[in-house]
Amino acid sequence: MPEKPKVAFYWCASCGGCEESVVDLAEDILMVAEAVDIVFWPVAMDFKKSDVVAMPDRSIVATFINGAIRTSEQEEMARLIRKKSQFIIAYGSCAHMGGIPSLANQFSREQILNYVYHEAPTVQNSERTRPMLELGRNGTRVTLPEFRNTVRKLDQVIDVDYYLPGCAPTPKLLKEAVLALLSGNLPPIGTVLAPDVALCDECPRKETKPEDIAYTEFKRPHQVVTDESTCFLAQGMICMGPATRGGCEAVCTKGNMPCTGCFGPTSRCIDQGAKILSSICSAVSATNEIDMEKVLTTIPDPVGTFYRYGLAGSLLRKKIGSEK
Amino acid sequence: MPNHQNNGNMRIGYYVCHCGHNIANQVDVEALAAYISKLPGVAVSRSYKYMCSDPGQELIQQDIKDHGLNRIVVASCSPLLHEQTFRKAVEKGGLNPYFFQMVNIRENVSWVHEDRKEATQKAMDLSRAAVHRVFFHKELEKKYVKINPDALVVGGGIAGIHAALTLANSGKKVYLVEKEPTIGGHMAQFDKTFPTLDCAACILTPKMSAVKSHPNITLWTYSEVTNVSGYVGNYIVQVKRKPRYIDEKLCVGCLACIDECVYKEGKYADEFNMGLSKRKPIYMSFPQATPKVVVIDPETCIQFKSGKCKQTCIESCDRGAIDLSQKETNEEVNVGTIILSTGYRTFDAHRVPFYGYGKYPNVYTSLEVERLINASGPTGGELILRDGSHPKTVGIIHCVGSRDRNTNRWCSRTCCMYSLKLAHLLKEHSGAEVYNFYIDIRAAGKAYEEFYDKVLEENVHFIRGRVAEVIDWAANPAEEGKLIIRAEDTMIGTVRRIPVDMVVLAVGMEPREDAQAVRKMFNISCSTEGFFLERHPKLAPVDTFTDGVFIAGACQGPKDIPDSVAQAGAAAAQAMMLVDTGEVELEPNTAFITEEHCSGCKSCIPLCPFHAILFNDTSKKAYINEALCKGCGTCVAACPSGSIQQNMFDDAEILAEINGLLAIDNSEFYEKEAIHVG
Repeated sequence: MPEKPKVAFYWCASCGGCEESVVDLAEDILMVAEAVDIVFWPVAMDFKKSDVVAMPDRSIVATFINGAIRTSEQEEMARLIRKKSQFIIAYGSCAHMGGIPSLANQFSREQILNYVYHEAPTVQNSERTRPMLELGRNGTRVTLPEFRNTVRKLDQVIDVDYYLPGCAPTPKLLKEAVLALLSGNLPPIGTVLAPDVALCDECPRKETKPEDIAYTEFKRPHQVVTDESTCFLAQGMICMGPATRGGCEAVCTKGNMPCTGCFGPTSRCIDQGAKILSSICSAVSATNEIDMEKVLTTIPDPVGTFYRYGLAGSLLRKKIGSEK
Repeated sequence: MPNHQNNGNMRIGYYVCHCGHNIANQVDVEALAAYISKLPGVAVSRSYKYMCSDPGQELIQQDIKDHGLNRIVVASCSPLLHEQTFRKAVEKGGLNPYFFQMVNIRENVSWVHEDRKEATQKAMDLSRAAVHRVFFHKELEKKYVKINPDALVVGGGIAGIHAALTLANSGKKVYLVEKEPTIGGHMAQFDKTFPTLDCAACILTPKMSAVKSHPNITLWTYSEVTNVSGYVGNYIVQVKRKPRYIDEKLCVGCLACIDECVYKEGKYADEFNMGLSKRKPIYMSFPQATPKVVVIDPETCIQFKSGKCKQTCIESCDRGAIDLSQKETNEEVNVGTIILSTGYRTFDAHRVPFYGYGKYPNVYTSLEVERLINASGPTGGELILRDGSHPKTVGIIHCVGSRDRNTNRWCSRTCCMYSLKLAHLLKEHSGAEVYNFYIDIRAAGKAYEEFYDKVLEENVHFIRGRVAEVIDWAANPAEEGKLIIRAEDTMIGTVRRIPVDMVVLAVGMEPREDAQAVRKMFNISCSTEGFFLERHPKLAPVDTFTDGVFIAGACQGPKDIPDSVAQAGAAAAQAMMLVDTGEVELEPNTAFITEEHCSGCKSCIPLCPFHAILFNDTSKKAYINEALCKGCGTCVAACPSGSIQQNMFDDAEILAEINGLLAIDNSEFYEKEAIHVG
């Protein structure tokens, strides 16, 4: 029996939902398990780092890495896996673009540690203890990974061959990616494995968007009873659909929630947040600064709204030497 | 150097222009040329005294041949001035004219910087950006559109009349749209004109009738343009024709209906006579109104107000021209060029309450006086004041609402001369003593100074000083029953009180109240004071920033009749130039949508200021009408999925330019981003 292609999964800074989404393959996971040999998958199977170190370089055909890179351990493992794999697939929004964890890039490392270990209302820490990188006691030495100043998306740390977008990627896209890998019928390196047209194209609400939209205020889904068939933008809710790659089959808008942008921008955009901002703000009906300000205050968290999944890779904080 | 798509054959020619001393004095052109010569892809780098000269252009062409250049960068003045020159030179040299980039190191560098070293550095940065950019330039095709020979003239004052006649006489079809019931504008209200004292009506009305009878002119009075779409050579214009309740084709202007109106006397303020007389609900503005057709004002007509009029006017008209059921109609016309001659309004004298307008009946505005002394005016030309008296002394106050920080800062240019004219006419009509209160006398037209001399010799009094106030509070018996003008006489250095019977306020000229709305409709700009903005104050005074739309007369700024007529002729000539060329070259910097990329989200559609983006209902995608696109880039920036691209400004070009400007190397950048804080 010929050797089955080796595949691995790894988990960095993420919520774990991506790991779950692999299981969402349902019966198809049997097909995958049949076709490949999973050599490393810490969340589901017992492997040690030393097992990976022992593997020959490029012996894994493909590794799916989910999560962003925040700690030294994640970076170390990412680099190690890169060495052992022929293809690295950034799996899910966090690996793809930084994801929710990279929203922390609005704050410095010091601000975060200070809040988490001292200022958060639920914290009792009178000795002001902070995690240490290293502690030696009674002849033993324990270490912790280093918490880096910024969250980076995977391709800011290692070379990435393909991206599977989504928070989390849909089973359909994962299955297509695995089949492509198995068949060797692969697109050019760097491709995001999803359609390159914005979500509106497949959204069932598309027809209901008027041509002459003009925003007087923005509402959030919990503030209104949302209509189940009308375009969210037409209802005055921010929907990231126009600036977000399709391919999810509009799961959120079909579930009566606006798109939050997890599939990231199309290949033609550099910055998803900037794109939707310039699009939406150009259609704000106010004509003077004071009125504009009023409309824009109805978006209480612009970064969390427009850069929810993409802050690490965005143009924001891209000033050289801005690390403070 | 980042992202260079130099497949080994990029050969850039770089030329820095001295512009005589304009650039060379402030920028070290030799150092600049030497610096650029070392950049990747640059095959030739030179400096030359005048790049725009014939030898300068030939230098480029020769280098293209000798060195096999395939991209050209010229660092000189503003592209507005010479981009076309150099594109043509590049084209003559055998290259696509868009393989060219211009760097403005004159207006943006040498003219605005004092430090030579820093200026040189900036010129290097800007030039480096352009060199990076041209790597990504693409071959583009010139596009042409046909010009519709018909023209639209908006506003039927003297400027519009002259422009329309000039075009019509050269064989072009003209639509002349006027919002009032008659053409003639302000000039029709004037009595005589300075400095020749021609009767305004005598020289104007022949031109008005010529407009009416001209086979090439379609005259629509009592009408307004409501919408304009399209582009140079191909404008589509909607015109609203208000109902005048008279069939224009049947009415011959016999005025029998006015005589037979149930109102025996006029009851409502006559707009044409500035409210100095009364008119009936059915009226004609003035005897020579063109078209010679009456109009019914539904606001005041009893039949419209209550439906209970005997309608004697209808009975009186043996031609059956009166039609009270007339409705507003809309016309649509296609024209290639548009001339705006929408005129001005006079300053509202109520805004300077210390001059007593509206408070003292014998304070008049200059335009009211024009009517008052006019033979066809409310008093038949006799100078009778509102209180029935004949004035023995008159004070004319100059610069009311002009040259004044509290109202309008600009000089209205016409008031000095018309004040001199009114001084002469008032004296002639009544023998009154006339005082002029002025800041300076601005008599800078042909034969204007001579006219001033003549009025001086007629013993008109001139007091140099700004008037403080007009009051009726007598300080001595001689002032009883008079209006007292208090003014500083700067010639003798004292404050004077001049008692007069009549005060004339020489009100200035302002943009019309609807200037902003008109500006938006025709997609042109206004200057800060609100007059329509010309393309260039010296070299393109009747052009606007919208191709095919021209401006003439006082809508562009205060102007007297000769200047308005001259501008109208110029605007007509510019329009004819376009028409006779037959077609116009479009800039290739238009935007386009790739259908397979577009998601059909419609975000772009309402943003286009030129209505160039349309939605294809079959494919459910947007598309751009290239002929309508002006290349403003709004949709390109706003397309949320990056599916709109713009020729000459695609992402690769812009990013290369930015990278070149900042000298950023991306690979190094990511390393720096990854610096960790322990």
